[in-house]
Amino acid sequence: MKPRVPMKTGVESKLSGLLPPLVSLLLAAAVSAVILLLVGENPFHIGSVMLSGSLGSLRSIANTLEEATPLIFTGLCVAVALKCGLFNIGGEGQLVIGAFAAAWVGVKLTGLDPVTHVTVCILIAGLAGALWALIAGVLKARFGAHEVINTIMLNYIAFILTNYLVTLPYFKKPGQIPQTFDIAPSAALPRLSFLYQYTRLNIGFVLAIVAVILVYVILEKTRLGFELKSVGFNPTASRASGISVVRNMVIAMAIGGFLAGMAGSERVLGVHRYFISPFPFGYGFAGIAVALLGRNNPFGVLLAAIFFGALASGGAQVDIETHVPRELVTVIQAIVILFVACEYLVRRMGLMQLVDLMRRMGLRRRGAGAHE
Amino acid sequence: MNDIFAVFGVSLLWATVRKSVPLIFASTGGFFSERAGVINIGLEGMMLFGAFSGAIISVTTHNPWLGIAGAAVVGGMIGYLHAIATITLRANQIISGVAINMLGVGATIFLCQVCMGGERSFSLGPVDRLPLWGPFIPLVYLALLVVGGAFVFCYFTIPGLRLRAVGEHPRAADTQGVNVNRTRFLAVITSGVCAGLGGAYLPFFSGSFTKNMTSGQGFIALAALIFGKWNPLGALAACLLFGFADAFQESLQGRGGLPSQIFQVIPYILTIVALTGIIGRSTPPSALGKHYERETSK
Repeated sequence: MKPRVPMKTGVESKLSGLLPPLVSLLLAAAVSAVILLLVGENPFHIGSVMLSGSLGSLRSIANTLEEATPLIFTGLCVAVALKCGLFNIGGEGQLVIGAFAAAWVGVKLTGLDPVTHVTVCILIAGLAGALWALIAGVLKARFGAHEVINTIMLNYIAFILTNYLVTLPYFKKPGQIPQTFDIAPSAALPRLSFLYQYTRLNIGFVLAIVAVILVYVILEKTRLGFELKSVGFNPTASRASGISVVRNMVIAMAIGGFLAGMAGSERVLGVHRYFISPFPFGYGFAGIAVALLGRNNPFGVLLAAIFFGALASGGAQVDIETHVPRELVTVIQAIVILFVACEYLVRRMGLMQLVDLMRRMGLRRRGAGAHE
Repeated sequence: MNDIFAVFGVSLLWATVRKSVPLIFASTGGFFSERAGVINIGLEGMMLFGAFSGAIISVTTHNPWLGIAGAAVVGGMIGYLHAIATITLRANQIISGVAINMLGVGATIFLCQVCMGGERSFSLGPVDRLPLWGPFIPLVYLALLVVGGAFVFCYFTIPGLRLRAVGEHPRAADTQGVNVNRTRFLAVITSGVCAGLGGAYLPFFSGSFTKNMTSGQGFIALAALIFGKWNPLGALAACLLFGFADAFQESLQGRGGLPSQIFQVIPYILTIVALTGIIGRSTPPSALGKHYERETSK
């Protein structure tokens, strides 16, 4: 399925491109408020708890950024593939494979200095994720097998595979819980405890920002990025002009897998410090929401990831303080996705016409000014 | 090895059927939607909605039949949501499916906690459960009826032919006077009804609703549909195969030998192999995933 690539001309359409996500967020907020009213809760109260839980203190802000970190990676993972016309919904599996690889190298490789050890762990995790994604990429490029179905299947295979590996005595920490030994201290990503003493926010967040910039540079400033986007926009024309469709599809999947694998390494090296099965689920799918809301733009992805991070940490606070369960956040996420996907609705609601009208009025004023 | 053979027997056969029923319902649901040209990866979410609504209605009314009916209606409503998003509002079918799956996970736990005072699971009392007809609950027989019905409908009736035409070549169907979008709407709603019933089987079989109780069965049903080459009887065979793998893996547990993960992974690997076409290629309906707009003479 080809994603719709909006034709952009100048700053104006870039600004109006921001509108559908914002309107979608407003609509999602309204629907969530109605749901809360229906179950007899005060939406304003829940909203204020959510706000204080996500932005109210240094601790909340640290939580928000910690929740946002894996979403930045998985959001980029989905966005890069979408730019090439592919739907990588296998971020979940690529993340889990990366997480396991990071734990493996983090536990078993010892005697390295911290910088080398962490670097090796992250690179191996990224490569493992990339390899996992490559399976779907190659099957798509070579056999035309639909990457959506294959990445879904690979998600489950990844979960079952790691669930098996973690029980092997070579990896498993003795005890009832299926988890690996703790990683060596040299493999741990340092936490940013200057923000808040007990935070699990770590250097991985900085790496995520670096990834955002790198992906932006690759997509916008390199030949590779041009070819990727060209294939996404029109594979037939790309092929005719000598761009290898197969090669670019495979590369787009691999880059995405690398990013998802990095997300897994961030979770293991920075947050949990071991691999556990089942591994916390949902970052990969939330990455789809992040990429959509961020309109596949790396910086949009960053903003959207922080927004969903804030929702998650606010949701945790709501869970503690009120009777509303944290799954409210999942519901809100789903509603946001639905509205963003139904851009047509947003356009039809007359809001776009309003923008057009305002723009035309602006133009007219400029035009009138020129006459005088 | 003796242990492995010892698990074969009538009980394994019954267990295979029991494991297959939710898959059969859901993959038949997927069949309707996908043959009409609408991708439905939201089966998992629709099943979860069916499981929760079936259980909660049965627990509150003490009438399991109402629970079943409710699950079908709620499943149909979620199908309607998918149809509005993808057909009326032209949303990407995959994205809408992903959203429905998320909604299924979030909303069922959310509602469960709201209805049950913070609990994330609840049990069905003896009066809330379906009676046994022979070795199975009635839904098992209904599943077979639904598959048979889907097969006869799609290959031996005119509306069925139209449904397939809409999924293969909507423009040609439109030219013949078939209302493409209405056909797709009905197909996607039917899809939701079937998936809802498949989900409802789970609490009525196990006697309780637990969070996330479908645990990926919607995706296995999708896999069965693909492995069965988008044909209801093929999908039925695939569901029985996957159900057998699951039942076999469960009966082996605690007997040592092979790790159970080998059997869990079978459906997923077979599906990938089927899609590559190494062993008999599985080809989707040609218009799958494409929006249809009539040409307007402006």
